[in-house]
Amino acid sequence: MLQLSELKKRYDTGDYALKGVSLEVPKGQVLALIGPSGAGKSTLIRCVNRLVEPTSGSVKLKDMELTGLSSSALRRARRKMGMIFQEYALVERLTVMENVLSGRLGYVGFWRSYFRKFPSADIQEAYRLLDRVGLKHMADKRADELSGGQRQRVGICRALIQDPDVLLVDEPTASLDPKTSRQIMRLIQELCIERGLTAIINIHDVFLAQMFAQRVVGLELGAVVYDGAPDGLTPDVLTRIYGEEDWSATIKAAEDEEDEL
Amino acid sequence: MPTNQTSGGEIWKQRTDKEQWIRWFFWLISLSVIAYAWQMISEKTIWFFVTDAPNQAADIAARMVPPKWSYIDQLWKPVWDTINIATLGTLIAMVIAGPVAFAAARNTTPNIVVRTAALFIIVSSRSVNSLIWALILVFILGPGVLAGTIAIGLRSVGFCAKLIYESIEEIDHTQVEAIEATGANGAQKMIFGILPQVLPTIAGVAIYRWDINIRESTILGLVGAGGIGLQLNGSLNTLAWTQVSMILLVILVTVFISEWVSAKVRGAII
Repeated sequence: MLQLSELKKRYDTGDYALKGVSLEVPKGQVLALIGPSGAGKSTLIRCVNRLVEPTSGSVKLKDMELTGLSSSALRRARRKMGMIFQEYALVERLTVMENVLSGRLGYVGFWRSYFRKFPSADIQEAYRLLDRVGLKHMADKRADELSGGQRQRVGICRALIQDPDVLLVDEPTASLDPKTSRQIMRLIQELCIERGLTAIINIHDVFLAQMFAQRVVGLELGAVVYDGAPDGLTPDVLTRIYGEEDWSATIKAAEDEEDEL
Repeated sequence: MPTNQTSGGEIWKQRTDKEQWIRWFFWLISLSVIAYAWQMISEKTIWFFVTDAPNQAADIAARMVPPKWSYIDQLWKPVWDTINIATLGTLIAMVIAGPVAFAAARNTTPNIVVRTAALFIIVSSRSVNSLIWALILVFILGPGVLAGTIAIGLRSVGFCAKLIYESIEEIDHTQVEAIEATGANGAQKMIFGILPQVLPTIAGVAIYRWDINIRESTILGLVGAGGIGLQLNGSLNTLAWTQVSMILLVILVTVFISEWVSAKVRGAII
């Protein structure tokens, strides 16, 4: 479904954020990308939809090469890639409904979007999605009236209404409390299963990655240092990704959590 | 550096000795300049007029009361003109300032040439006082309300565009990025990602400028550009002091009402 090969990104400062990353993500796989701050996780997913322009290498979505696309072809390709952001990135002064419908901007013309005249099928879908995440009653509230967890649910709806093939998820839980974090991760996981979505989820929290992903990729200084099953994250592996630390408690906690589920 | 080791321990001062001397030196120069200027002014002053000033002021004040209340009948029309000059002028200014602001903001400008042109418009509009704009426009368009309206408009473009473009530069970029990620085009990014973030500023600036323009347009009549200033000028020239006080009173009330309106509207927006 999604194929990265030898993907490199060098910033103007001369530092390499990605030093040749190759990954192949099959359809329906939920992949967690872990690694310390500055490892290049955000850069990697932004190189996929080219919010950050990769320096070299290739990104293929369903065999379509994304790196060389013209700006209008890129916009068409972006419609098939939903993105969920760390600080929700909702347009704060617009309503929940407008925020969800903004996911359809790639499909409607300028004047329709200016006058908010979205096709009724889009509006039905927006209500259905809001209902699915339990926020239908909030449709007319302004985004800045919502709590963090609610905002992230709206962010999820905005990504899903695009009817994407791939979800790019950037630290979805970084600004949420532990309970809400779990709920959001579970929701993303369930929706991916329901819709057969492929997802790359950037996440700090090793423990959430182990709980909700089928595959974990560890990134360190712009290079892949681990790629495998969630339960392959031994203290050795974590030390390779993050550096020396006592990891036994983290791994223990993850195991306990699995027992509970 | 300001920390010195002595036998008695470390001594810390805010500045080094050198910095301290430089500061004293600048204080000395500044005070000398002020003293010199003071002396110049007092030499050139005709002290007879100064000592006489309180008498003159009292005299004029006495002639101003009571205001000529009946004169209000002739003031309704000029006041209405004044308000229209301010309102239409602000409207013109906002229509021009919007595009100029987007052209001037670093994050929305198409290129450096356009940005430079936009900044030039802003600076030139701000550097000319509205009275001078009015003076020039009265020459071009002839005296009247139109000259005043355009003068107010041209004067306000720079002010409005500057405040709006600064607010555009301060928007939260991730909201725009999120809209971009959905496959939206440039124009859609503008209306969904940027405009909602700057709309409160745009509205606030328009109201604020309208408030300023009410005050500015009261004096445009002095150069023949319409509004209540025309009556003020006429009354001053004919030494009709009771009319002058009446006009000042009307201006005061108008400004007071405009302040009140703009405070109310601003409260409603935010």
